[in-house]
Amino acid sequence: MPVSSRRQLLSATALVAFSAPALGRSITGRMPWKPNEAYPPELARPGGWYFLNPAEVATLEAITSRLIPADDLSPSGKDAGCVVFIDRQLAGPYGTYEWLYMQPPFSDNPLPTQGIQSPLTPQQQYRLGLAALATHCRDSFGGKTFEQLAEADQVKLLQGMEKGEVKLPGLNAPRQTTTMLFNLILQNTMEGFFADPVYGGNKDMCSWKMIGFPGVRYDFRDVLDNPGKPYTKPPVSIMGRPDWNGKPA
Amino acid sequence: MSTRLPKKDVVVVGLGWTGSIMAYELSKMGLDVVAIERGPWRDTASDYNIATAPDELRYAVRQDIFLRPAQTTDTARNSMSQTALPIRKFGSYLPGNGVGGAGVHWNGHSWRFFPSDFNLRSHYEERYGKNFIPDDMTIQDYPVTYDELEPHYDFFEKVMGISGKAGNIKGVIQDGGNPFEGWRSDEYPTKPLKPNLAQIKFEKAAKELGLHPFPLPSANISEAYTNPYGLRLAPCTYCGFCEWFGCANYSKSSPQTCVLPALMRHTNFEARTLCEVTRINKTRDGKMASGVTYVDAAGREFEQPADIVLVCAYATFNVRLLMLSQLGTQYDPVSNTGTLGRNYAYQTNAGVLGYFDKDTHFNPFAGAGSQGMMADDYNGDNFDHAELGFVGGANINCNTPHGRPISARPTPPGTPRWGSEWKKATAETYGHTQSVGTQGSSMSYRDVYLDLDPTYKDRLGNPLMRMTFDFKENDLKMSRFVVDRCEEIMKNMGPQRMVKTYKRGPWNVVPYQTTHNTGGAVMSSTPDKGVVNRYGQHWDAPNVFVTGACLFPQNAGYNPTNTVGALTYWTLDAIKNQYLKNAGQALVQA
Repeated sequence: MPVSSRRQLLSATALVAFSAPALGRSITGRMPWKPNEAYPPELARPGGWYFLNPAEVATLEAITSRLIPADDLSPSGKDAGCVVFIDRQLAGPYGTYEWLYMQPPFSDNPLPTQGIQSPLTPQQQYRLGLAALATHCRDSFGGKTFEQLAEADQVKLLQGMEKGEVKLPGLNAPRQTTTMLFNLILQNTMEGFFADPVYGGNKDMCSWKMIGFPGVRYDFRDVLDNPGKPYTKPPVSIMGRPDWNGKPA
Repeated sequence: MSTRLPKKDVVVVGLGWTGSIMAYELSKMGLDVVAIERGPWRDTASDYNIATAPDELRYAVRQDIFLRPAQTTDTARNSMSQTALPIRKFGSYLPGNGVGGAGVHWNGHSWRFFPSDFNLRSHYEERYGKNFIPDDMTIQDYPVTYDELEPHYDFFEKVMGISGKAGNIKGVIQDGGNPFEGWRSDEYPTKPLKPNLAQIKFEKAAKELGLHPFPLPSANISEAYTNPYGLRLAPCTYCGFCEWFGCANYSKSSPQTCVLPALMRHTNFEARTLCEVTRINKTRDGKMASGVTYVDAAGREFEQPADIVLVCAYATFNVRLLMLSQLGTQYDPVSNTGTLGRNYAYQTNAGVLGYFDKDTHFNPFAGAGSQGMMADDYNGDNFDHAELGFVGGANINCNTPHGRPISARPTPPGTPRWGSEWKKATAETYGHTQSVGTQGSSMSYRDVYLDLDPTYKDRLGNPLMRMTFDFKENDLKMSRFVVDRCEEIMKNMGPQRMVKTYKRGPWNVVPYQTTHNTGGAVMSSTPDKGVVNRYGQHWDAPNVFVTGACLFPQNAGYNPTNTVGALTYWTLDAIKNQYLKNAGQALVQA
């Protein structure tokens, strides 16, 4: 069974609409164990764009390069694969908030303590938000796109969006403010940069090498035998690490 | 139209810790038991195997194994004058879903409450006078004592294989353990986890200040262990993927590792997964339960008749199910009538973060959910409250749960959230910070409660439960006092700089705080103060028993699981040795 259909079955939220074979399951007298049954993550395959359009990709490549600039510590957010990560996440259940409670009514004046109260999914927030950013850049910078601005101007604009000093056209509370858009992009960029490379970002485990996170080794008993000693082994991801791929030692 | 199924002796709602224990013990006696679980079957090899389990994005960030709000959620507000809105994405607390429940993804802190937590009101009134407890604080004594629960704590700890060091065996204080704990009949089943650098530094700093540090009792097991059900656990490898993850090593005590393989051998037990119980049905005279109604994943409705109904879902969902079933009387804070939904409480956590020099390598990735060093000097009533003017306390912890980089990458205050400066600070700071935190008690109050939401419904059309909660000054004052003590310890650990964060209201549903929601179906000595009697038996329907932290009249400065388990075995003892001898009887006369 493909992972996605198992996922639907797991969520048990897609009932009524169709008579899928996702009935309750009766288990008795045994552990319902099957050989090789496992639910691996959805691998982010390289090549192409699943949700973002070329204009959105170009803008996000510039934004993620400003949020995580290239320097001697790591490659840029773009080169680390953060835009690929965002695209694949938006194309999956996260992009539509498939797992969240999205039933109306949506309040016009939610309390700051009540969390997400916008009907807009991440897909909609990116589409509408990046279009608003494009309009703003076109109107304020002589017809330019975000990525055509000088790096310093890009940074200044992002800082203004973060602080709420720049208000992109058509973005209004409580559905989507400019700051909400900035925070969403920042959050997803950081997720992509620091998540396991299996999701398309954190290329070559660059962020893990940068901070000294050894990844998913799953056994650090050796560290506990020598508390306080610097740890020097290279990181390992869910996919292993390059040295394991049949190359000579 | 629902399909009526053949009657069972026992129907269990929810197959987590308490449901699986109940099902095991009662099916072992020969009763026909069916457990109905709203989520999927889950097991270590298929769902948390070592090649897929350590995935921060999937589990900790996207919340793959938790209850998905699309299935059901709660609504929340801070006060009665506000309009509650649905928690569209779980944040402050993360209920489990599926077989094993929250017992799959917990950290594994396995505490016994103090003896004085069980007679909290009378203890405070006796020591500090009748006027010490504020009028709006509705705390009350448990109708069961620590001494009565002790054998059940002991057995549950043996089922889980808890790693720790006793501080009080039969009244004799033990070196290296918690000298403040209630008496224990036995040492912990397995030795404590090994300390990381943070625990070594904390122990030294706390001792120098005259405190009494000891290792955190852990359900991440330190050594190979076989439990009383014949099930085996393996040593924890300090992988750093514990809380919010299933354990691939069979090292974390959970229904999967400690109960289910034994339970599933019983052919008179059946688990029905992806089936959500929507109502407890009543007999025609309304005096007993006749069984439950549930809906399977295809939307088909079934009626499962049973002689005994065991309500074993997560605390908040037990309360909601009782409300949906109109079993008991809804609490009304205005008229101060009713009991169902009364005395909801939470937990009051805060702490201090220390930034250390470059040569201090905490190696935070080498951790376990319960790897910690503790001090209980300011928990419970272990310190004089007379001049302090608050009820309650908090444990002080110095833990190394994980160093997962999406969420655990602190930077010094004032650092931007992005750009070159952010990156430099992140790279320099990772691995060189450590927190000293508190887990504080949460008292119950007249206007903090649960009821059904008037507007929002789940996908089946049933009202969501509404939570009216905020942190109150008593608990915030307590928390500030203990956080100041954390600061003293942290200072003595030698950081270059410290950031102290007091708990502040209003309660926000977004940042994770703790999945320790308590109360709402409180156990009480009289029917006017709670939903169930001292055995967890419903005051209004003697063949309904309720388990879980919803029974707590207020929350202590501790994680709830061990007490939830002890109360479950206490209830089981009453069912086996009293109730079944005369089924249908009320074990306590109202």
